[in-house]
Amino acid sequence: MLALPPAPEPAPRRQMFVGTSLAAVAGAMLIGGMLALWLRFRDLAIAGPDHRWLPKNVTIPEVASNIMLLSFVGVCIFAQWAVYAARRNDKQHVGIALGLTALLGLAVINAQITVYVQMGLPVSDTTGSAYGVMFYAVTGTMLVLFIVGIVFSMVTAFRYLGGRTSDREIVTAHAIYWYFIAAAFSMLWFVVYVTK
Amino acid sequence: MTTIDTASHAASSDAGVGRALSTVAAWATTSDHKRLGRLLIVMGLLALLAISLIGGLLGFERIDATSTVLNANSITQLFALNRVGLAFFVVVPIMLGLAVAVVPLQLGARSLAFPRTASAGFWAWLFGMTLVIISIAANGGPGGGAPKFVALFIASYGVMLAGLVAIAVSVATSVLTTRAPGMNMRRVPLFSWSALVSALGLLLVLPVAIGAVIYLYLSYRYNKVPFGGNTGVLQWLGFSLSQPTTFLYVLPAIGFAAEIIPVTARRRMPMRTVVLAGLALVGVAALGGVTQSEQILPWAGKGLNLDQFGTKFADLLNYAFFMALPVLGVLLVLLIGPLAFKGSRPKITSPFLFGFFGLGMILVGMLGALVNGVTDLGLRGTVFEEGVYTYICYGAVLAGMGATAYWGPKLWGRRLPENKLIGLALLGTLATVLSSLPYFIAGFADQPAGSITFDYSGPQNLWNVLVTVGHVAMLVTVFSFLGVAVGGFRRGQVAGDDPWDAQTLEWATSSPAPVNNFADVHSVTSAEPLLDLKPTGGNS
Repeated sequence: MLALPPAPEPAPRRQMFVGTSLAAVAGAMLIGGMLALWLRFRDLAIAGPDHRWLPKNVTIPEVASNIMLLSFVGVCIFAQWAVYAARRNDKQHVGIALGLTALLGLAVINAQITVYVQMGLPVSDTTGSAYGVMFYAVTGTMLVLFIVGIVFSMVTAFRYLGGRTSDREIVTAHAIYWYFIAAAFSMLWFVVYVTK
Repeated sequence: MTTIDTASHAASSDAGVGRALSTVAAWATTSDHKRLGRLLIVMGLLALLAISLIGGLLGFERIDATSTVLNANSITQLFALNRVGLAFFVVVPIMLGLAVAVVPLQLGARSLAFPRTASAGFWAWLFGMTLVIISIAANGGPGGGAPKFVALFIASYGVMLAGLVAIAVSVATSVLTTRAPGMNMRRVPLFSWSALVSALGLLLVLPVAIGAVIYLYLSYRYNKVPFGGNTGVLQWLGFSLSQPTTFLYVLPAIGFAAEIIPVTARRRMPMRTVVLAGLALVGVAALGGVTQSEQILPWAGKGLNLDQFGTKFADLLNYAFFMALPVLGVLLVLLIGPLAFKGSRPKITSPFLFGFFGLGMILVGMLGALVNGVTDLGLRGTVFEEGVYTYICYGAVLAGMGATAYWGPKLWGRRLPENKLIGLALLGTLATVLSSLPYFIAGFADQPAGSITFDYSGPQNLWNVLVTVGHVAMLVTVFSFLGVAVGGFRRGQVAGDDPWDAQTLEWATSSPAPVNNFADVHSVTSAEPLLDLKPTGGNS
């Protein structure tokens, strides 16, 4: 066996951070691709004989959807607060920040369900319009990403509060994930809830 | 004594069963990258047996365009299975399997990043693939007539892609974060670099396909009109199974060919940075997948009407960006590679032949794809497309078999017999040419793709006979390779630590590599760390 010069154990290269960033890129492509198809169908519908994309008698509940967007401002602040506190080994504040992040995540899910209930939009549409199917597909996918985010917050909290306080990287990765969710939801909010 | 003897036999039998169960459990729950990689490679090769058989069956159906052996539903499903299977049952898993098995060793890392994610990805892929096969067998694939199984097909297609995305995240993170000290990105081995570019491309392209799958699934379940129902499935997912997206899938095969050239020449790769750039250029293909659009050159009519020069130039530029840049990348590898042989004493081995011929086949397929997109030639919708697809995929499989033979010593500790492999490399190349080239010719005669009924002037029987023979020859090649591999890796010649006189870090550990790959962390000062230690120093 050829003997290469041994080196000291390399410093960790933020594996969790890089992995989460790559997963966020994949998630952004998922939502971006879905929104691109949404816009394509919307253009076709508007160019069609009815000149409309949003079905008649369907109103977007803008209060709930706007509150969802505003919630993400809080989510990002709390996620970054967790990073800030972790850097200072402030276990108590890390716990509070992660808990609030998860709580706001739950609030966003609640708002999304409110949107569904208030819209009363059927998935199946006898007119052949793609709106219902595409609305539930894209918002449902976003909902799944919210749920993953909450699980991520809980896992991060359990690890950190369980004593792995040196593992600050996961707190940073957690923040990255929520930033990605906030960016993805902002795109979705504009395309689905604003441009209608 | 009798009692003791009986108890002893019973214990031995129980121990045997227990040992077998624990072996199965160890493989099923493994997070060792070498085992995961082997699982992916072996499953991919086994899937290729079925896919090449289907290719042969479809070729056989086309020999006589006036009669059919299979019913119409089966034929539709077999076409779908052949297309989906070649990419996602065979090529992508084999390429990712090689990356999972080899990349950490090349980087001097002790494990893969996120090994459990990769393991979950493998099982998701296998589960999705199994359901895809079941749904297609039950007439539920694209264009299928069994609604529940069409829905199952769409859902399982998404699961399969999600599994591959998980593995790609692991591979890309490994290259970005687990390199040995001193190994900057310019010193990353060529195969690992190609695996990184391919994995990043997969991360960009496959989620877009998953998004389409989600729409398709809900649309199919609740409202079949917008996405075209069962017949619209391949229309919406077709971009993930056509060119230039497939260039991305075969990129690690090109990387392997680039890796084996300097080893064969026993020299350092000249202009290595340009080769790295060439491999990255192939990654431009990801943009073709992301845009979900067919890349065509919409030129028609005679001559170049100068009034439309601006439009035509823009068309050409767009087409060249998506389709010609990846080809340029492969050409760079092919042009620079031979420079390594200048003044050297090359040692031709079976992995080199597999890699060289595989790269050649991929290049022919890519050039075919470049021609196929020119509207005026009228090749779109003909079997020319099938020829292109087969050239690219079978080319990648050839390189994949070469890579398995090359890195086999690190995974199994033994070498495969060279003489048998050289024969298989030649047979595999012949099989690829036979199963693809006749369709290039038949495409110009307007034989339609995905159909068994056609009528055109020319020796149509001959082309389809040759294609059938080609697919059967590929089946024989893969079957023989698996036979040689099973025998060779179990009872073959024990390999030394560096049996190929190679250059990269994986050859600095024992064969087979231990669980944690390396006893010590190595420090690297060049792209060819092993060559630095050898007396010739890459100047043989």
